[in-house]
Amino acid sequence: MFSLSILKHNRPAKILTRPLVTGENPFNHRRLEMIKTIQFNLNDKPHSIEVDHERTLLWVLRTDLGLTGAKFGCGEGLCGACTVLVDDEAMPSCQISVEYVAGREVKTIEGLESNGQLHPIQRAFIKYDALQCGFCTSGMILKAYSLLVSNPMPTRDQIISEMDDNLCRCGAHVRIIQAIQTASEELKGGRP
Amino acid sequence: MTRKENFVGKESSVTAPFASLSRREFLKRMGLLGGGLIVYCTIGGLTAQARAPRDGYLGSNVPTNFNAFLRIGIDNRVTCFVGKIEMGQGPITSFAQMLAEELDIAYESVDMVMGDTNRCPWDAGTWGSLSTRYYGIFVKEAAGEVKGVLKELAAERLLCPVKRLVTENGLIFDRNRPMSRVTYGELTTGKIIERHLKDLPSLKPASEYTISGRPYLRRDAFEKVTGKAQYTADIRLPGMVYARILRPPAHGARRLSVDTSTAERMKDVQVIRDGDLIAVLHPHPDGAAKALGSIKANFDLPDTGINDQTIFNHLLANAPEPVVASEAGNPKEGEKKAASIIEETYLNSYVSHAPMEPHAAMASVDGNKAMVWASTQTPFNVQSLVAQTLGLPVENVRVMVPFVGGGFGGKSASVQAIEAARLAKRSGNPVMVNWTREEEFFFDTFRPAAVVKIRSGIDGAGRMSFWDYQVYFAGKRGCQNFYEIPHHREAVYGEWRIEPGIHPFAVGPWRAPAANTNIYARDLQMNIMASMAGKDPLEFRLSHLKDKRMRGVLTAAAKQFGWTPSKTPSGRGYGISCGIDAETYVASMAEVEVDRSSGMIEVKRVVCAQDMGQVVNPQGAVIQMEGCITMGLGYALSEEVHFSNGRLLDVNFDTYDIPRFSWLPKIETVIVPNPTLAPKGGGEPAIVCMGGVLATAVYDATGAKMRQLPMTPQRVKSALGKKG
Repeated sequence: MFSLSILKHNRPAKILTRPLVTGENPFNHRRLEMIKTIQFNLNDKPHSIEVDHERTLLWVLRTDLGLTGAKFGCGEGLCGACTVLVDDEAMPSCQISVEYVAGREVKTIEGLESNGQLHPIQRAFIKYDALQCGFCTSGMILKAYSLLVSNPMPTRDQIISEMDDNLCRCGAHVRIIQAIQTASEELKGGRP
Repeated sequence: MTRKENFVGKESSVTAPFASLSRREFLKRMGLLGGGLIVYCTIGGLTAQARAPRDGYLGSNVPTNFNAFLRIGIDNRVTCFVGKIEMGQGPITSFAQMLAEELDIAYESVDMVMGDTNRCPWDAGTWGSLSTRYYGIFVKEAAGEVKGVLKELAAERLLCPVKRLVTENGLIFDRNRPMSRVTYGELTTGKIIERHLKDLPSLKPASEYTISGRPYLRRDAFEKVTGKAQYTADIRLPGMVYARILRPPAHGARRLSVDTSTAERMKDVQVIRDGDLIAVLHPHPDGAAKALGSIKANFDLPDTGINDQTIFNHLLANAPEPVVASEAGNPKEGEKKAASIIEETYLNSYVSHAPMEPHAAMASVDGNKAMVWASTQTPFNVQSLVAQTLGLPVENVRVMVPFVGGGFGGKSASVQAIEAARLAKRSGNPVMVNWTREEEFFFDTFRPAAVVKIRSGIDGAGRMSFWDYQVYFAGKRGCQNFYEIPHHREAVYGEWRIEPGIHPFAVGPWRAPAANTNIYARDLQMNIMASMAGKDPLEFRLSHLKDKRMRGVLTAAAKQFGWTPSKTPSGRGYGISCGIDAETYVASMAEVEVDRSSGMIEVKRVVCAQDMGQVVNPQGAVIQMEGCITMGLGYALSEEVHFSNGRLLDVNFDTYDIPRFSWLPKIETVIVPNPTLAPKGGGEPAIVCMGGVLATAVYDATGAKMRQLPMTPQRVKSALGKKG
């Protein structure tokens, strides 16, 4: 009685902002482990760790260094939950080797408060309830920080386009935009 | 300000987990926590209002020991123990508001402990927009009785009749001598008090509320913006190892051979074989991934011929017998009076939950006891499953749920906790199982693919004469008729729960299960009928509606939207949808623009009006509406799971496209006041209109009938090509 007309779906062609990849292949187990001393600044303090230099920054942070604010969401740099700042630039820590940060400045969400004061972006996220489950929140805040470093007074459209690769499933987007705008106003174009 | 207990540190000295505990054991256990204490238990003491949903909705095999616990500390802080979990929808805030309101204490002095099977009363699970709507009643009644008991105690202490006592901000004082006062904490110090009132006090009327009904910011925001909030994968225990599990490449694949010899030789790697479960353990997650990569396995792949295009015929061919959800008159009779008949078939694809946090669980098994942390919506179910799997008495298993990074129904199933428990038992170490995104997609309990067939008609006067509705595999919720139609029948062929052997993988509840599918199909059909009747779609609906709440939300949405009557398609791109979900009435209107050459739909604006009875936290309610609207763009426009022969083709966010910042329409929300009605659901209703409101908007813009969700550019172009 009814006929189903089923259309061929067309997989959307997507251009992804692919983060830098260090060439680590987690499945290449034959590679000899190379323990190196990696020195870098982590949340404003010098760190020196002995570690297989090709290990992923995300896992070194979360397991070796006990900083669990950066989250594992997708493992392929597609969701932004693992975002950290490397020299003030937001990067997916699941796509960076620990060796890459040698000699650099790494900031995680745990290092954003200063002198016990929340950062204006953190305060704005609280003020606007710019979160629900909170799993994407660290990444969102650090991505916003990076945006305000490069563009202290972004327009709404610029915020949207910069934040677009950070995913939120709960749908807090509207409030995240408000929070970033407010933080930017509070910083008056100054460094975040 | 807000304290959420640290799940690892504070309680780790307690080594005797017990659940399904006797009252005596519970009191003893609570006594160990120190400080003054009041336990409220409701053996047979529930009011009819609280009992009805409990018996009716949760089933009869619910333990009847305790329903809500409060602890009043020596410092006058009150701890509220609830078996619900916090996954973003905000009960951590609304429960605290309801408790503070009814107990007459400051909102800030409430601490919440949630989802710990050792300390919280049994609960079926966090889903269905039930937390505030049903469980909230228990919390309020507990608080109301505790307040009554405190007054009795104060009367003895202050030598004053109960009726002269006033409660305010954690204090009780004599109305006639305000300096004669005592704090709750002073009354309960050092004591375990179990006392009941002869008559349960009536709850405060909404008109006296000062905390409920006022907007509160999330109480867990501080933890979440500082990275301090702990999720399951953030739990660390001494000696813990991370697991990666060997998975088949497709559902239905059979393992032929496996070679783990390389992994066995790798440093720090432990290979576990436990029946069908083969896993590698390593002190680092990346170490475990590397070891897994060294395992060679061969599988026999299924060839079912079922894929995301053939699935609909497969479902129709395997449909179970129908259940009639609602009916009146006889559609065959109504058909005789119809001047025109519209017959359509609507399709919905499988949709993934895709929470940002993949399933995770940590298990630690020590002798005949187990501790499990899990990202789950059902801690007590996990407790029984783990106990069953490990052969332990249920009281020897303690399940704790830290913050959950999104659930939407997908964390009702918690296979990962069973895996962690099995591996922990075999290895002797605490084991963390943290699914990869690929595993998260592979084992997701998808929203089922579904087919809706509607045959309906209008008479010569443009009124609906009959409505014959058949829904396959989406389920019943949301399909029941609320329009004035003399002859209608809603038949449901299969629910969203697993229909054994039919779906090629697991399916389950997805935010407002079934309602998204049903309301989309109904509203597109309604607009096609309105078009045929030459009526404005809003007028057409209102002319068939007597229900005041539904008229109320439609009118409120129209006012906010600035709806002006017109026949559809009007070219304006205006959509309309309305429904009832979790006893909340919701209506949405939207404006879209369709790019005819690319088939892209730009959603410019969505207005949503909701009547949800009393609103405990208006801020939280609005946020849930915004979240539902944003999330709902996905199933309407892009989200569908592609698969073939049991193999999933979408396993990460590169091809499974969820809503992003750049998709955002202007979102406007309206809460239609209804303060005399007890609180209704808020976590789901606003999502149920998203398919319908956008499909009707595309129809209004172009005349194209989008008979399948999601409305991908390809489908839009195809529909534009063969309009009608």
